[in-house]
Amino acid sequence: MFHWLEKHPFFFAVAVFLTIAFAGLIEILPNFAQASQPVVGTKPYSTLELAGRHIYIKNNCMGCHSQLVRPFKSETDRYGHYSLSGEYAYDRPFLWGSKRTGPDLMRVGNYRTTDWHENHMKDPAAVVPGSIMPAYRWMFKNAADIDTAYAEQITVNKVFKTPYNTEIPMADGTKATVALAATLDEAKTAALEEAKVIAADMKDQDVKDAVAAGQIPEIVAVIAYLNCLK
Amino acid sequence: MENRPLEYDYTVAKWFMLATVVLGIVGMLVGVILAWQMAFPGVNLMAGEGLAEYTNFSRLRPLHTDSVIFGFTLSGIWATWYYVGQRVLKVSMAESKFLMFLAKLHFAIYMVVVVAVVGSLLLGISTGKEYADFEWPIDIAVVVVWVIWGMSIFGLIGIRREKSLYISIWYYIATFLGIAMLYLFNNMEIPTYFASGGIGNWYHSVSMYSGTNDALVQWWYGHNAVAFGFTVPIVAMIYYFLPKESGQAVYSYKLSLLAFWGLMFVYLWAGGHHLIYSTVPDWMQTMGSVFSVVLILPSWGSAINMLLTMKGEWQQVAASPLIKFMILASTFYMFSTLEGPIQAIKSVNALAHFTDWIVGHVHDGVLGWVAFMIMAALFHMAPRVFKREIYSKSLMNTQFWIQTLGVVLYFTSMWIAGITQGMMWRAHDEFGNLAYSFIDTVAVLHPYFTIRAVGGTLYLVGMFLFAYNMYKTMTSSRRVEESELQNASPMGA
Repeated sequence: MFHWLEKHPFFFAVAVFLTIAFAGLIEILPNFAQASQPVVGTKPYSTLELAGRHIYIKNNCMGCHSQLVRPFKSETDRYGHYSLSGEYAYDRPFLWGSKRTGPDLMRVGNYRTTDWHENHMKDPAAVVPGSIMPAYRWMFKNAADIDTAYAEQITVNKVFKTPYNTEIPMADGTKATVALAATLDEAKTAALEEAKVIAADMKDQDVKDAVAAGQIPEIVAVIAYLNCLK
Repeated sequence: MENRPLEYDYTVAKWFMLATVVLGIVGMLVGVILAWQMAFPGVNLMAGEGLAEYTNFSRLRPLHTDSVIFGFTLSGIWATWYYVGQRVLKVSMAESKFLMFLAKLHFAIYMVVVVAVVGSLLLGISTGKEYADFEWPIDIAVVVVWVIWGMSIFGLIGIRREKSLYISIWYYIATFLGIAMLYLFNNMEIPTYFASGGIGNWYHSVSMYSGTNDALVQWWYGHNAVAFGFTVPIVAMIYYFLPKESGQAVYSYKLSLLAFWGLMFVYLWAGGHHLIYSTVPDWMQTMGSVFSVVLILPSWGSAINMLLTMKGEWQQVAASPLIKFMILASTFYMFSTLEGPIQAIKSVNALAHFTDWIVGHVHDGVLGWVAFMIMAALFHMAPRVFKREIYSKSLMNTQFWIQTLGVVLYFTSMWIAGITQGMMWRAHDEFGNLAYSFIDTVAVLHPYFTIRAVGGTLYLVGMFLFAYNMYKTMTSSRRVEESELQNASPMGA
């Protein structure tokens, strides 16, 4: 059979393809419907949080920080409850990372504050002596891209039925709703309102001034994102 | 075949050889910068505060991985394809104007993609998936390049004189098919600009898969991009270049059959070992783990087949630096394909995952196996495409030892770093509290990061020697006759 295949390139290619495609069919397809169900308390991202998530990706934070708490005592002691599949239901892409040069950030919103992040992003080693993380000072100057975040919200709502403007059950029995603005201007206004709350906890005068003037620096969006990781 | 030998046309092979050398240096230079940044964070500001955004670790890291995988390695694969393909199929590129045009188009579009990738990664335009960072416009260009290469492969096969496909061709076909399938499925994404009716960046997209599913598809891709980028085509090379350079026949045809079909069947299953103790179902993690161990068989099948090809001719290893490169490559292949399965065992993975041990594993595979084999292939090709002897044998030997030392420093320091950090993360004191804060486990790594940076720098120095040797071979080495090009490559002192 193999001799025959080696003289018939087309059938050879088909045989190779079937052999390599087989594993994907068996291993990946069966899980698809089941794994995408959210657990109670998992909300879609707000416009500002999503813009922050884009900045997280833009600067490849996942190159050094995981978002996956494994079910070991040493990890739950350090980072909190181990990760559940449904918690990632609205993560496109997933940001588990593959290397922990820095600590896991899956639940960083539980134990770090706006103030802490502000100081840390400006000068990591001043907050954590011995840190090898680079500073991210340009985030205090660059403006966050709210438009693209809003475009993504519309897209996931339309294509994947991500539940915006829908009551979502929370762990404490209450309901929560994440709004999807009807227009881009409304989305920007809502994002700015969120940004003001964060800027109020910050010290950097330039950032405060920018937010007061209706702009949203990257640092504000990225802190909004980090704060929502719980 | 006693009739007049074919005149093969190596134009495009030469272009890709050049791209291999240039992109190899770029990719490894960025890697070395990253290594020094981890040892001495001040290096993040090497170009001043104003350019920090573009010189800092986080932006450069994808540039390093992508330029080594999709720059250096792919160029090497294509350089060898446009050389080996003609020779084992017994047909010259010059015989088909169409295939020649396709090959040139292949190179041209690829160069455009390279420039687009470098620019977009520095600007932080990324989908956020490792080794699949490119946004949709670049993905489309990649697919075009890939389809052209496919047409080139099957076009050349279509007009071949040698009816039976040599082992290397099997592996090139598998590379083409494997990457095509994986890349397409993993990069399924929706451009938000169009879906939202023209809001935001035109190049931004959102993954078709979410969370755990996205992770599954990503590591099915990520692991097998390694399989079909770093293993399959490199095996294609060694099956051609080692027998050719040594003048020895491949030891066993049956073993090559077993190794090929075994690798094809088993490799794809092993992707799950990147997701052990994650939120994917337990049975998938176990499958990934088990198949990773099974993977030793086909991997070692090829490697042993290559080592036994040298049976009775081991003096060549001492005599020829070119054979030395290939034998060390296949030894590192065995080493790396044993190390990988060990790391895929669940209890070992619990310790090794997220640490530098994994980084060490990748690098003993890529520096020791992939890069050594690609450089050996280019050394073998050089006298045949430029009709000049390799400029300097002693320079080759120097390069070999500098780079070998570099790899050894790299993986030993990363082993120690990874296992140390893994042990410290899980250590509890007598009261059951965590013994170390996270930063303690970073501070302790400083010496190993420094040693790694030295190892990487040595390897880069070797790359420069390689580039110099190739340049001199191209331009000013002694011209050789066809009769000198049978087996062992002619080399100057």
